[in-house]
Amino acid sequence: MSQCDDAICQYAVPASDVVLPTATERPLRRSWFPRPFHVFVTGVWVGRLSVASSVMWSIRTSKPETERGRIALKGSANDEGATDRARVSTLAQTNGAATANLDAEHKEGHNEQHNSCVNSRLRLAIALRTASPMMRIAFPEHPFAVRETSAAIMIIDTDVSDRSGAETLRQYELNGAYDEMFRAADHPRKQYRQLYNLLLSLGPGELRRSKHEADQSFFNQGITFTVYGHDKGTERIFPHDLLPRIITAAEWERIERGLTQRITALNLFLKDIYHEGKIIEDGVVPGKIVYTCKHYRREMRDIKVPHDVYITVVGTDLIRNPEGNFVVLEDNLRVPSGVSYMLTSRGVMKQIFPGLFQKCRVRPIEQYSQALLSTLRFLAPEGRSDPTVVLLTPGAYNSAYFEHAYLARQMGIELVEGRDLVVHDNVVYMRTTFGLRRVDVIYRRIDDDYLDPLVFESGSVLGAVGLFNAYRAGNIAFANALGTGVADDKAIYAYVPKIIRYYLDQDPILESVETLLMSDRAQRDHVCQRLAEYVVKAVGESGGYGMLIGPHSTEQERSEFREKINAQPRNYIAQPAINLSTAPCFVDGAIEPRHVDLRPYLLYGEKITITPGGLTRVALRKGSLVVNSSQGGGSKDTWVLQN
Amino acid sequence: MLSRVADSLYWMSRYFERADNASRVLKATYGLILNPAKFSTEERWFRAVSSLAPGAAPSRVDPQRALFLLVADPEGEFSIVKCISGARENARQVREEISSEMWEHLNTLFHDVTGFELQPDDDAGAMRVVSLVREGSYRFNGITAGTLNHDEAWHFIQLGKYMERACNLCVLLDAYFLVDKHADDLDWVGLLSSCAAFEGYCKACTAELKPERIANFLLLKPEFPYSVRYSLDRMYEALNAISDLSLSHRTERVERLIGRLRSMVAYVQVDEIIAGLNKYLAAIIEQCRELHSAVHELYIEYPIEVAFPN
Repeated sequence: MSQCDDAICQYAVPASDVVLPTATERPLRRSWFPRPFHVFVTGVWVGRLSVASSVMWSIRTSKPETERGRIALKGSANDEGATDRARVSTLAQTNGAATANLDAEHKEGHNEQHNSCVNSRLRLAIALRTASPMMRIAFPEHPFAVRETSAAIMIIDTDVSDRSGAETLRQYELNGAYDEMFRAADHPRKQYRQLYNLLLSLGPGELRRSKHEADQSFFNQGITFTVYGHDKGTERIFPHDLLPRIITAAEWERIERGLTQRITALNLFLKDIYHEGKIIEDGVVPGKIVYTCKHYRREMRDIKVPHDVYITVVGTDLIRNPEGNFVVLEDNLRVPSGVSYMLTSRGVMKQIFPGLFQKCRVRPIEQYSQALLSTLRFLAPEGRSDPTVVLLTPGAYNSAYFEHAYLARQMGIELVEGRDLVVHDNVVYMRTTFGLRRVDVIYRRIDDDYLDPLVFESGSVLGAVGLFNAYRAGNIAFANALGTGVADDKAIYAYVPKIIRYYLDQDPILESVETLLMSDRAQRDHVCQRLAEYVVKAVGESGGYGMLIGPHSTEQERSEFREKINAQPRNYIAQPAINLSTAPCFVDGAIEPRHVDLRPYLLYGEKITITPGGLTRVALRKGSLVVNSSQGGGSKDTWVLQN
Repeated sequence: MLSRVADSLYWMSRYFERADNASRVLKATYGLILNPAKFSTEERWFRAVSSLAPGAAPSRVDPQRALFLLVADPEGEFSIVKCISGARENARQVREEISSEMWEHLNTLFHDVTGFELQPDDDAGAMRVVSLVREGSYRFNGITAGTLNHDEAWHFIQLGKYMERACNLCVLLDAYFLVDKHADDLDWVGLLSSCAAFEGYCKACTAELKPERIANFLLLKPEFPYSVRYSLDRMYEALNAISDLSLSHRTERVERLIGRLRSMVAYVQVDEIIAGLNKYLAAIIEQCRELHSAVHELYIEYPIEVAFPN
């Protein structure tokens, strides 16, 4: 490509063919430029700019049929800056009239050829001037600083930005997965009809403007997460999709019953294994599996937790299979996160689609914070009539710090760090300017391992010395209790249907995904021979790490995993690859299907309550099945409808 | 309020005031060295460095580098950029306690001043940072007063601000009155503008620049916001408000110390102190230091034994 560097592609253009703008100056708009886009010169359409490959650009004017009528720009990325800041300096001349300059700034860390175009933020400054026979613009150090004053600046608009709502839907292709919105092409499901009609009625550019408005609102409210490894503490907004995911009352009712059943059983399971261990004695779940769980806490044996509630806050991941049934993918019973995105994105959506909310009759979720507070207060040790609840955070550098601060503010409780806590005589206090104040319930957003250096990870400074003894003495309650990670171990997951039958004598309402244990010889051999059909997961991991997605893997990745599985069979499980359902997302100016899951939030206090809604996570990369935010996922607001 | 939170607010405020003070002094000093006068450029920079970066071995300071050192040196702990970072870092720890307007302003200011990436010989760039901080400081103080509840958090912020201001004023006065050579009028104007006091002084005492009057104005004037007396009065109010709110019974030491400090400036006349001015200023600084640790012990890092009297 090096010969393209600063290449000047000359095409003779008769002066009469060049659309000459009036010499007004307009600032360049800084926005996303997905491909392909149209080029306007002060409002007059002159051509279409398309990104031919990750490094090539070209412009065609309205008269592509004649060689003479073509303005072409070509350029290539400088090799040195290709990874994070590729500057493309391009020069094109027409018949003594125009010079152009392209500057592309790529987003950090992109690698893939295909995505780099979509992910690159293009700033395009093209200047035309009539006065001098040939104008050359010095390549500006600053992309917005065009030095020639009398030049007019082309305003570049994206091709798709000014499409109407109906046009954005035109490319929507169903791909065999269950689609949340469409039964068949152009046939929306009943619950989506209002949204569909709204989309059809939208004028050109309205969706893009709404999207911009939503992003701005997230940014201004500081709804961000921290990107590590950046010295200035970069904060980014959580990628958010504009179109809501809608769930009917009947579907929700089933989810609600199913989750209640499942969590009740898992809670009984936790109580059992940390006390008598009847389920092991009866041979329903092998002791070998329970005791080898990474998150099994021997220290919890025979400790009485308040009201026998181990799992107070749950965020179970559900997916919808191609038959349209909700299936449990993962139980998150330790410190599930993301609820702040559910709450804040609802606020933003209300600003953007006020009319739609009324028409659809969406059930409210705003009561979550009050419900969480009363659930936490319910856990308080006996005799503490007005208990003090605090939220324990690892601190401002944690990626979920926004959520911690948000929840603490919403509940009106103190946001404490480990160094604020003091344990004296097995009672926990926090240091305030008023003196020490007793703490009764800790909603901890720290993993078990870091809570108490005396008992767990001895180098931890996130927790406080003596917390576990205070817990053992019954003077403090944790939400969630310690050691709950056993029940969301992916090997235990395979036994959950049996666990439900054992404790509740009922059939599971929500299905689980068929799970093969690699510690079982026969199952292991079966999977190792057909790795391309399975998803292999490490049992104690979360966040989409340590996974092999068979259908999307290379032979080398598969052989690596085969070795890993054979080295530590207990550490892996395999599940058949499931085609997650898709939902319409507004991506690159068009509405396209993307795979989604659903994480409802459940609170277990005096009774089990489930907030009608949740976090719908979206795999924003086309075709991807991984929805985790650490792996390029985003979120959607989730609407549960009233009857 | 959590002790850690109070501490962060206090230090946020101190760092910010420190940056503000440095920007005032640098602007005045930079203005001074453009005029030829009795004092050489070196001596003037020496004075600025010794008043802004105590313990920075000022004798070896290269006047060419002094401005860079005080504005943007990434190593030095006294540079303006470092102080703004310190203020922001403390604010970041307690983001939910301060108003979002305060955070946004401080955050923007931080990004503005760190975005310059100054080179050591770029005087004009350094002065741009200085004026950014001057403007930013007025706005920050206004935003804080206008958007934050005037409760405990506010009082800790006030305490930090005026503690820092009182100490800085004493150090600055010390540097100007230390030299036995008589400073000329230009230098006195420099001192007054370092304290944003030139206009205030002229209104109160006319433009006749006499060392005693200047000392009187900057030390003992209760109405002038950049005087030691004014700062100590505000500290006294903040401490009273905090102890009223906290219902603590162990405040005697803090009350005694602030009372003594105030009496040092409230019940003296300038001719009593002008002869031993340097000693007098040192005593004020020392007592401020003592007060700082007393406050820290009372509200922030008290031993557990104190909290459990039996």
